Amino acid sequence: MAELTQDGRKIGDILLEVKNITLAFGGVKALTNISFDIKEGEIRAIIGPNGAGKSSMLNVISGFYHPQQGEVWFRGQKRGPMRPYEVARQGIARTFQNIALFKGMSTLDNLMTGRITQMHTNILWQALWKGPAEREEIAHREKVERIIDFLGIQAIRKTPVGRLPYGLQKRVELGRALAAEAKLLLLDEPMAGMNLEEKEDMCRFILDVNEEFGTTIALIEHDMGVVMDLSDRVVVLDYGKKLADGTPNEVRNDPAVIEAYLGVGH
Amino acid sequence: MFYRESGDFKTSYSADQQTFPIRLDRHVVYGILAFAFLVVPFLINDYWEKSVLLPFLVWAMAALGLNILTGFCGQVSLGTGGFMAVGAYACYKLMVAFPWLNMFIVVILAGLITAMVGVVFGLPSLRIKGFYLAVATLASQFFLVWLFNKVPWFYNYSASGMISAPERTLFGIPVTGAEAPPWMTYLFCLTLVTIFAFIAHNLVRGRIGRSWMAIRDMDIAAEIIGVPPLKAKLSAFAVSSFYIGMSGAMLFALYLGSAEPNDSFGIAKSFLVLFMIIIGGLGSILGSFLGAAFLTLMPVLLKNIMVGWFGWPADLAAHLELLLIGALIMFFLIVEPHGLAQLWRVTKERLRLWPFPH
Ligand SMILES: Nc1ncnc2c1ncn2[C@@H]1O[C@H](COP(=O)(O)OP(=O)(O)O)[C@@H](O)[C@H]1O
Ligand SMILES: [Mg+2]
Repeated sequence: MAELTQDGRKIGDILLEVKNITLAFGGVKALTNISFDIKEGEIRAIIGPNGAGKSSMLNVISGFYHPQQGEVWFRGQKRGPMRPYEVARQGIARTFQNIALFKGMSTLDNLMTGRITQMHTNILWQALWKGPAEREEIAHREKVERIIDFLGIQAIRKTPVGRLPYGLQKRVELGRALAAEAKLLLLDEPMAGMNLEEKEDMCRFILDVNEEFGTTIALIEHDMGVVMDLSDRVVVLDYGKKLADGTPNEVRNDPAVIEAYLGVGH
Repeated sequence: MFYRESGDFKTSYSADQQTFPIRLDRHVVYGILAFAFLVVPFLINDYWEKSVLLPFLVWAMAALGLNILTGFCGQVSLGTGGFMAVGAYACYKLMVAFPWLNMFIVVILAGLITAMVGVVFGLPSLRIKGFYLAVATLASQFFLVWLFNKVPWFYNYSASGMISAPERTLFGIPVTGAEAPPWMTYLFCLTLVTIFAFIAHNLVRGRIGRSWMAIRDMDIAAEIIGVPPLKAKLSAFAVSSFYIGMSGAMLFALYLGSAEPNDSFGIAKSFLVLFMIIIGGLGSILGSFLGAAFLTLMPVLLKNIMVGWFGWPADLAAHLELLLIGALIMFFLIVEPHGLAQLWRVTKERLRLWPFPH
C-alpha cells in the first residue's frame, strides 16, 4: 500500500479528501466543485494566484467555512457538520495567513494553548492546582519545551508575543500548531513576508517535522521554487476552480497552469 | 539589594511554574499574609474595620471577579453591581432560611447562585461583543436592581424594602449583626479573599485561564485551534459571577449589615469595580488588589489629610477628593495604560537586572 518517495519517506493511504466542494459568499463563488486528497505522510501544496480560494479551502477543512455543496472525508469517515474546535480535536492544526497569535500571552503560553485539545483536568482540580492539574501542566510543558528546542526559540519563551518581530511570530505560530501534535497540519503561507534566511529556516522546519514525526502537511505557498522543493504533490487553484493536480513536475509542465501563471495570449 | 538574581536559574518546570517564582516576592507576600492574619486582628478597631480593611477586602473580591471576566476573558461587563445584588439577596435568603448554616457556606452558596445567574446573563456574549455586550450587561444591571426592588419576596416583605443581616455566629462568636467584633468580620473576609485569590491565580495559570486569554486575544483563531468558545466564555461568566456574588454577600452581611438595591448595588458600583481593574491592571491578580486598594484607600487617605490635618470643611474636602481621584486616575492611565500591576512589573524587571541593564 505505502509508496516511498525518492528521499525514502513513506506515503500512506488517503488521510483527508475533499469531494466536490462548492463555497459561495453571496453571489461570489470562492470555490467551485473542488476535489482532491491528501495522503498520510505527504507534503501537499496548494497554489494559485491571489483570490484563487486557497485560504477558503483551508477554512473549509478547518470547519470555519461551511460549503454549500460537497463533502470532507477525514481518516476514511465522512465528516458531519462540525464546529472548528471539534475539527481541531480530531487532529487538524493550522497556522493563518495573517498571524493570529494570542498577543497578550507569552510564547510559552501560546504553545501551551496549542495543546488545549489534549488537556482535560476539570475546574476543581485546576482551582486546587496541586495534584492532577500540576502534573498535567508539567507533562504538557515537557512536550512544549521539545518544540521550543526544535524551533530554537528558548530565549523568547517568556516574552509576550506581541513584542516579537514578524519572522519570529511566524515561527511561534508554527510552534503553536506543532504543539497540537496533529495528524494533519495546515499552513497558510508560512513564508509570506519573510527574508531569504527566514524562509530557509522555515523550509527546514517543515521538512523536519514531516520527516521526524511523519506529520502530514498541506501548505499554501506563492514562491514556486519553495513549492517545487518541498512538496510531493501540488494542487493548483484559479478563480475557485481546480486547474491541475499532480507532482511538481507534472504541474509545472501543464499547459493550463503555464497559461494561468505566465498569461500566455496576453 | 532587592531582586538580585540577573537570570533565570530554575531547574525544574514545577519550580518555574510556582506561584511566586521570585524568592523575594514570595517572602514579601507571605510576610504580608502573616502580618494580616496574626498581627492586624490584635490592632484592629471599628474605624479601621469599617473605613479601611473591610471595604478593601470586599472590593478586592469584586475586582478579582470582574478581572477574570474582562481582564482575562475580554468580555466587558457593566453588570457588576447587579450581580453583587444577587449575591447579597441570595445570602440574605439563605441566612434567614437556614439560621444554623455556617457563614462561610452561606457566602459560598450565595456565590454559586450568582454564578448560575451570571451564566444566564452571559449567554448573549456568545453572539455579541465589545460595546454591544457592555450594553447588554448594563441591561442586566438595571433589570436585577429593578427585580430586587419590585419583588417583595426577595426582602421578605419588610416594610422598608431593605434587607438586614441577622446575627450569625462562628465558633460561638458573632460574625454578622451589630455585635460582631471587628477582628471577627475582618478575619472572615480576609480568609475568604486569601483563599479565593490563590484559587483565581491557579485558574488563570492553567488550561482554563489560557482558554480565557485565547478568547480575549483572538477569538476566531482560538476556536480554530481547539478552544470551545461557549465553554470558555460561560465558564468565565460563571467564575466571575461567583466571585462577584461572594463580594456582594460580604458587602451586605459583613460590611454594611443592611442593604437596599439602588444605593448599595447601583450602576455606580459597576463602574467603580471597572475602574479598579483598569487602574490596577487588566488580566492581573495583583492588579485587582492594587486597583481595589487605590480606589478604597485613597479617598480615606485624602479625607484624613484634608479634614484631619489641614482642618478643611468636610464638604469642600469631599469635592476636592473627587477631583483629585479623577486626576490621579488620569495620571496613572497616561503614565502606564496597563495599570499599577504593570508599573510594578516594569520597576521589578529593572531592579532584577540592576546594576547591569543589558
Ligand atoms: N469571509 C468572506 N466573505 C466574503 N468573501 C470571501 C470571504 N473569504 C473569502 N472570500 C472571497 O473568496 C475568494 C477567495 O479568497 P481566498 O480564499 O482568501 O483566496 P486566496 O487565499 O487564494 O488568496 C476571494 O474573492 C475573496 O474575496
Ligand atoms: Mg490566502
